[in-house]
Amino acid sequence: MTPLLQVNGIEKRYGARIGCTDVSFDLYPGEVMGIVGESGSGKSTLLNCLAGHLEPDAGQVVFDTRTGGPVDTVTMSEPERRMLGRTDWAFVHQHARDGLRMSVSAGGNIGERLMAVGDRHYGQIRDRAIDWLGRVEIDGARVDDRPTAFSGGMQQRLQIARNLVTGPRLVFMDEPTGGLDVSVQARLLDLLRGLVREMGLSAIIVTHDLAVVRLLADRLMVMKDGHVVESGLTDQVLDDPQHAYTQLLVSSVLQV
Amino acid sequence: MNEYNFAYLDEQTKRMIRRAILKGLAVPGYQVPFASREMPMPYGWGTGGVQVSAATLTPDDTLKVIDQGADDTTNAVSIRKFFENTAGVETTEETENATVIQTRHRIPEAKLTEDQILVYQVPIPEPLRFLEPRETETRKMHSLEEYGLMHVKLYEDISQHGAISTSYAYPVKVSGRYVMDPSPIPKFDNPKLEMDAIQLFGAGREQRIYAVPPHTQVVSLDFEDYPFEATKADHPCDLCGAEDSYLDEVIMDDAGNRMFVCSDTDFCRSRRAQGHEGRLSKEGAI
Repeated sequence: MTPLLQVNGIEKRYGARIGCTDVSFDLYPGEVMGIVGESGSGKSTLLNCLAGHLEPDAGQVVFDTRTGGPVDTVTMSEPERRMLGRTDWAFVHQHARDGLRMSVSAGGNIGERLMAVGDRHYGQIRDRAIDWLGRVEIDGARVDDRPTAFSGGMQQRLQIARNLVTGPRLVFMDEPTGGLDVSVQARLLDLLRGLVREMGLSAIIVTHDLAVVRLLADRLMVMKDGHVVESGLTDQVLDDPQHAYTQLLVSSVLQV
Repeated sequence: MNEYNFAYLDEQTKRMIRRAILKGLAVPGYQVPFASREMPMPYGWGTGGVQVSAATLTPDDTLKVIDQGADDTTNAVSIRKFFENTAGVETTEETENATVIQTRHRIPEAKLTEDQILVYQVPIPEPLRFLEPRETETRKMHSLEEYGLMHVKLYEDISQHGAISTSYAYPVKVSGRYVMDPSPIPKFDNPKLEMDAIQLFGAGREQRIYAVPPHTQVVSLDFEDYPFEATKADHPCDLCGAEDSYLDEVIMDDAGNRMFVCSDTDFCRSRRAQGHEGRLSKEGAI
């Protein structure tokens, strides 16, 4: 089986400082990878390098495209990379405001990717927008409301709908539950888990919340100071941490 | 005799503008940056159009200037006077006799010919501006032909108003490639953008020139189930009775009486000279 994404020796430096260095892993179709670590450990830098938002200084990100087979997305042309960005890839930002157009209605937000790939039938676009609102548990009657009228949790779910509408195969998520209260977080996680399973999505989730990866991720990478210090199956890493930093991380979680 | 160089601008500046115009004609719909000069009028009054006209005019040309279709409004009168003073060219109000027509917000009703040039004054040349504020991003979107966002605007129109409510500056795709803002002309004029004359667009404050060569395909963007419609007020002209011209609505008194008149004053005047009459022409309204 070909991995969906092969990451080889990714490195990103900010001058003399290390953003992230020597990161390599394979991601297989349907697999969810979690990346955890404290603030400043390089996990967002890594995610942005993988998603093509930042240009890495070294390394390859080989994606198994539908038509051309495995291609290095770092060296591919920008139009191709941007095309991937709105078809086979999706990016869920931590702050829904970064990923949504706040002055455009919910329906327009969901429809944007459809129109970007050439959909030109208003009725069909709107039907799919309403369908997707339903799938992320937002009332279809709110299709013409702007995201500014939505709560934080609804905005985050709208962002997810907007990203998944074109049926991507790989989703990048940057702290998808950050800034939400716990009950909203729980619903969102439930929803994400359902969508990932139902659509057979692969995902890379960056978070500092160990509970999120416990629920969603099959595998886990622990980062510190730009390096991957430990990786393995989620339960294995969380239940039997080997690296001193991972042990610290796991033992720092507050118990209720 | 006047102290100005022909048509106000110095020769090097006109040469620079002509190069931008030629590039614009070679790449229809592409916004060519140019070093816009200070003109003796405020931004928003047609500094871009004036510079393009100045670079286009020759001593043999006959100039017509219209503002919202009218020859006799402040903007049109002052620009016409400007070129009378600085270039000494003939001016006219008759569309057929003009070789260069500078316009603000309208295309004349009369069919333009291959030996005419239409110069538009453009306030905001970037059709994607109100959707994407970053210039770096809109340039990238143009270069990569990523125009999905333009349809998001039309989608919003339909979802809020039940129809595409954009009624002026209606976005078009030129020659199957660049999406272009046709300047704030009413969408009634959009079908006329495919014409025999050369069309030049000048945006002075934004420092952009773009062009549509003669006989170039210009398609108004729309949805399959909400096709583009060129709309106008559903009335005949009250002065000349024309049913196919774009109309201005004029409020007559406090009792709610109103009249509709052709916005193209030359078109209306010539029709009345031919004996056409409208609802109010007998009362001697104008």
